[in-house]
Amino acid sequence: MSELLQTYGTQLFRAIGIHTVYVAVSVFCGFILGVLMGIALSRIPKWSFIILPVVSIFQTIPGLVFIGILFLITGMTPATVVIALTVYAIFPVMKNTYTGILGVERSYVDAAQGCGMTSRQCLRHVELPLALPSIIAGLRMSAVYTVSWAVLAAMIGLGGLGDFIYQGTSSNNNTLILLGAIPAAILAIVIGALIDLLQKKVTPRGLRRAVER
Amino acid sequence: MIQFEHVNKSYGKTPILKNLNFTIPDGEFVILIGPSGCGKTTTLKTINRLIQPDSGTISIDGKNILDADKIELRRHIGYVIQQIGLFPNMTVAQNICVVPKLLKYDKARCDKLVNEMLKMVGMEQYADKYPSEMSGGQQQRIGVLRALAASPPIVLMDEPFGALDPMTRDALQDEIKKLQQQLNKTIVFVTHDMNEALKLADRIIFMDNGKTVQIASPEEMLENPANDLVKSFLGKHVAGSHVSTKVEDFMRTSVYCARLSRGVRECAEMMARNSVDSVIVIDEQNKYAGTVSIGDMQHWGKELKNIEPLVRNTARTVRVGEEAKESFDYLLETGADYVVVLDSNDTVAGIITKTSVARSVAQDLWGDEE
Repeated sequence: MSELLQTYGTQLFRAIGIHTVYVAVSVFCGFILGVLMGIALSRIPKWSFIILPVVSIFQTIPGLVFIGILFLITGMTPATVVIALTVYAIFPVMKNTYTGILGVERSYVDAAQGCGMTSRQCLRHVELPLALPSIIAGLRMSAVYTVSWAVLAAMIGLGGLGDFIYQGTSSNNNTLILLGAIPAAILAIVIGALIDLLQKKVTPRGLRRAVER
Repeated sequence: MIQFEHVNKSYGKTPILKNLNFTIPDGEFVILIGPSGCGKTTTLKTINRLIQPDSGTISIDGKNILDADKIELRRHIGYVIQQIGLFPNMTVAQNICVVPKLLKYDKARCDKLVNEMLKMVGMEQYADKYPSEMSGGQQQRIGVLRALAASPPIVLMDEPFGALDPMTRDALQDEIKKLQQQLNKTIVFVTHDMNEALKLADRIIFMDNGKTVQIASPEEMLENPANDLVKSFLGKHVAGSHVSTKVEDFMRTSVYCARLSRGVRECAEMMARNSVDSVIVIDEQNKYAGTVSIGDMQHWGKELKNIEPLVRNTARTVRVGEEAKESFDYLLETGADYVVVLDSNDTVAGIITKTSVARSVAQDLWGDEE
């Protein structure tokens, strides 16, 4: 074990660092874009039955293919990885934002309108707070997925934990595969737990109660 | 003053509101009532422009509401809905302050307002609670406060108490009536419950099929319902309507009867057990034979084997299907204990007692408990 750490230690920590940065940056961008797109979509629910399936087709394109194509356009820069991961991170957040907002009970929106809120105020004070648990659940999903998708970065030689896995598979070295896979799994679990913590923090007390019941 | 002039609205080809014309004076408690789908809620929502009429004008204090900014208009009209609609992510205090904050009241003024408002309904300790931590009745009290917070002169209420249990509903009705008189608000209130309407309204607007059928004070409406639909809504409150007036509606059916062949002693014991001083007697064919009283039994009973010789036919009898009123009058005038109700084949159907009279009076005054 210590031998292993001596040989691969620095390389491993570097890989974990790069991996985490990829995930953090792309989930952050994906989250912002996803929420914005989800909100936009919720304003035009009539169109969403076309838009959502179209966007979800993107989701079904294998990551390998997508990174490969992007590689042809943007070249071998970290941007390629971040763009690809961001695109994948958007969808769960967007979908959960959209369904979260539409899932807000009509009576609350009625009450907000009746009180004289503009539709923007209604969104900010009523719809978004009430959709928050759903939005965060989307964030969690996209973060956990992104950890595993980020492994693909190594495919175009851009590091991360994927490096170990690729090296391991190509040289038939199980230790190397595990050296990449285990930290990736742990990373996913840790990020998931962090987001659960965030979820608890940001859910208003009034809603927490309602959920617990 | 709210004024409707030739207001029409339809969804597609279905007309919802047909040429509405009426005026609601300031400070009046007006109830919109009618069968479901009659357009009462739609009418209410046109006032704060949640629904736009196709034609006609609605004006408040002489100003067409279309000339006002929609958002600004709503901030100056209170609005309470049936589902309560308190925002679950906000505390009671924050909920009450929704409109004041939209109107940019400063924090000190909001705090003071919350205090005053909660004091009005005796719920000061609830300021920092969330809606999910309160009962339905408490929530709707806050719903009403939210509507009143920015002291709008007009408050619209859409079946606000419909989802509450009868006791709570009753209490809230009393409170809202008191508040309305205290604060001199104009309230437009939608309900389908005539009891509620009669209790609260200064004036009732009865709607059917998108049209106003009758606009009248509760008393006028009770005296002169415009048509059969109004009459049926008023139901038991109207004199001479279909409601219970026959003897069978009021009689007690669990009546103990003794056979003619009954021994005197047994019969006396039975009466003692049931704490009655006279009993109905039937013959072998279950037909009514008369009554015996404890007094007679005490007097003559010792020598007799059975009660047959003691039976008297003095008790008043009526037939099923007769009006109960005569029996009531008889009971009240003579002080008799009961009237015997007979079926068409002379068997005993039941008795009418003074308790029956009391029940009928209670129904008249307060209606059936639903």
